[in-house]
Amino acid sequence: MKKLRIFNLILILTMVVTIFVGCNSDKEETQSDQTAQQEQNVVNQGEDKLEGTVTMSGSTTVLPVAQAIADAFASVEPGITVNVQGGGSSTGIKDANAGTVDIGNASRELKEEEKEWGLTEHVLAYDGIAVVVHPENPVSDLDKETINKIFRGEIKNWKEVGGNDAQIVVLGREAGSGTRGAFEEIVGLLDKNDEGKEVSAMVEDALTFDSNGALKASLSQQKNGIGYLSLGYLDETVKALTINGVEATVENVKAGTYEISRHLLMVTKGEISKEAQAFLDYALGEEGQKIVAEKYIPAK
Amino acid sequence: MSIKEVGLPIFLNKINLKKKENQKKKIKGKEILEKITEKIFLLCAFMSVLSVAMITIFIFVKGSPAIFKIGIFKFILGTKWNPEAEIFGILPMILGSLYATLGAIIIGVPVGILTAVFIAEIAPKWLVNIIKPAVELLAGIPSVVYGFFGLLTIVPLISKNFGGPGNSLLAVCIILGIMILPTIISISENSIRAVPKEYKEGSLAMGASRIQTIFKVILPASKSGIMAGIVLGIGRAIGETMAVILISGNAAIIPKSILKPIRTLTANVALEMGYAFGLAEEALFATGVILFIFIIILNIILNILTHKVGE
Repeated sequence: MKKLRIFNLILILTMVVTIFVGCNSDKEETQSDQTAQQEQNVVNQGEDKLEGTVTMSGSTTVLPVAQAIADAFASVEPGITVNVQGGGSSTGIKDANAGTVDIGNASRELKEEEKEWGLTEHVLAYDGIAVVVHPENPVSDLDKETINKIFRGEIKNWKEVGGNDAQIVVLGREAGSGTRGAFEEIVGLLDKNDEGKEVSAMVEDALTFDSNGALKASLSQQKNGIGYLSLGYLDETVKALTINGVEATVENVKAGTYEISRHLLMVTKGEISKEAQAFLDYALGEEGQKIVAEKYIPAK
Repeated sequence: MSIKEVGLPIFLNKINLKKKENQKKKIKGKEILEKITEKIFLLCAFMSVLSVAMITIFIFVKGSPAIFKIGIFKFILGTKWNPEAEIFGILPMILGSLYATLGAIIIGVPVGILTAVFIAEIAPKWLVNIIKPAVELLAGIPSVVYGFFGLLTIVPLISKNFGGPGNSLLAVCIILGIMILPTIISISENSIRAVPKEYKEGSLAMGASRIQTIFKVILPASKSGIMAGIVLGIGRAIGETMAVILISGNAAIIPKSILKPIRTLTANVALEMGYAFGLAEEALFATGVILFIFIIILNIILNILTHKVGE
């Protein structure tokens, strides 16, 4: 019996060891698979694939999307290295104009002076944000200016904008959220502080949530609440306000009539390299737009 | 025939020898088994030690540089939290955590201790059989369910009766008060049951009433155990994240009343971890360091208390 126990112990030990070894060899296999694939790619490359570098800079909103597209692009055109950098929309537009990058990314429309530079705009995606209230709230239309004042805490009671006599409860998203960044940028809720850094001007005691879903769930319980959501999250538990009479729909965002929206642009200047053109075609093509659709309204 | 006659004793002798050898082997095998099991136990024991060590090292390595980059006093005493502008002050969160925990104690501790006394001393057995499973079930409910319950019932109730958003310090205190009940009840009950029977009998024999006996004899005698329960409850309250995020409102301000929203240390980390990078991410780890220090202090207090039980 005791011998049997030792035997069992050894058996278990061997099993454990084999499991570990098994795991390792699995990894090695996939690794060797990958190298095989890479080799295959290298072989393909010799035939008709492009080789070189595409550089981009600009909006940090576009950056994650551009990076995701670049990663997918690498499997199609392994010879092309895509270099994506941030810096902000203005930087991207300036860089593209100066020719220091192939493509400049922007999450806003070009300003008048920038339009004079003769840049080519490629719309990568649209981004729209709905301003939402509780379904029982009588207010159903506001303009951008009023929304700005409400979120700054300058308008504090619903009766000031034609609603009930009740304190406005502002709901928002956490710092770093893309929806928050876009909303603050479009509605004009960013102020420069003493050090020249852009600071959120959102009212301080705004309730903060870490997802569109959590904000929506809370707003549906919050009779006097106002918040903002990505267009994709709208449903009957909340009421989306019309902005100057325009409904928050994908069509209106695309048509440019819905004001709380923006274009995500890729701008280029003059003739661009074959590699950059290949990347642009990919980004604006079916596969690129599929990646875009995960977060924004695709342009095509 | 002759082989059989001669061979048999030799054969038997050989068997005897083998048996002896086997016995020796058996003893040796036993020793080896003993050693191996010992090592396995040791390995298991080291798992938790190793985990604690790794987590501690990880948090301090990741978090402490940010504290010095921002400046200790600016970080701990700063009243503004604005990662986009690189302003990192976590005083609102420290106070948020402290207020919430304090509120939870005010609500949870009296209810918890009285429940423990009731279960251990007063209640008839059939009632105990109902209350105890209920308390145990309370401990098993996932915290996100507590949070959702709070969001759908307590928050609207507060908003209706007191005005304001409802997502507030008060809502957090109520939910955390309920959440720490099982910890306080079960540990207090154990320590009340551990009070020697003679104490109680002596007290009753001297003519003290049941209530007098409970408050003058039993509770003082089980004081250290109850305190340990409270400290463990505080640990749960201060570490709670999911339930708190849903009902606290998460505004990074120092609350001026119990109806204002708060943000706790844990909520701060959980809320912003997804998007943070660079110094903002480090600042979140630094928030973790401060939280860790709070927990260590609590543990030291717990140790002191449990050592007192022995005396």
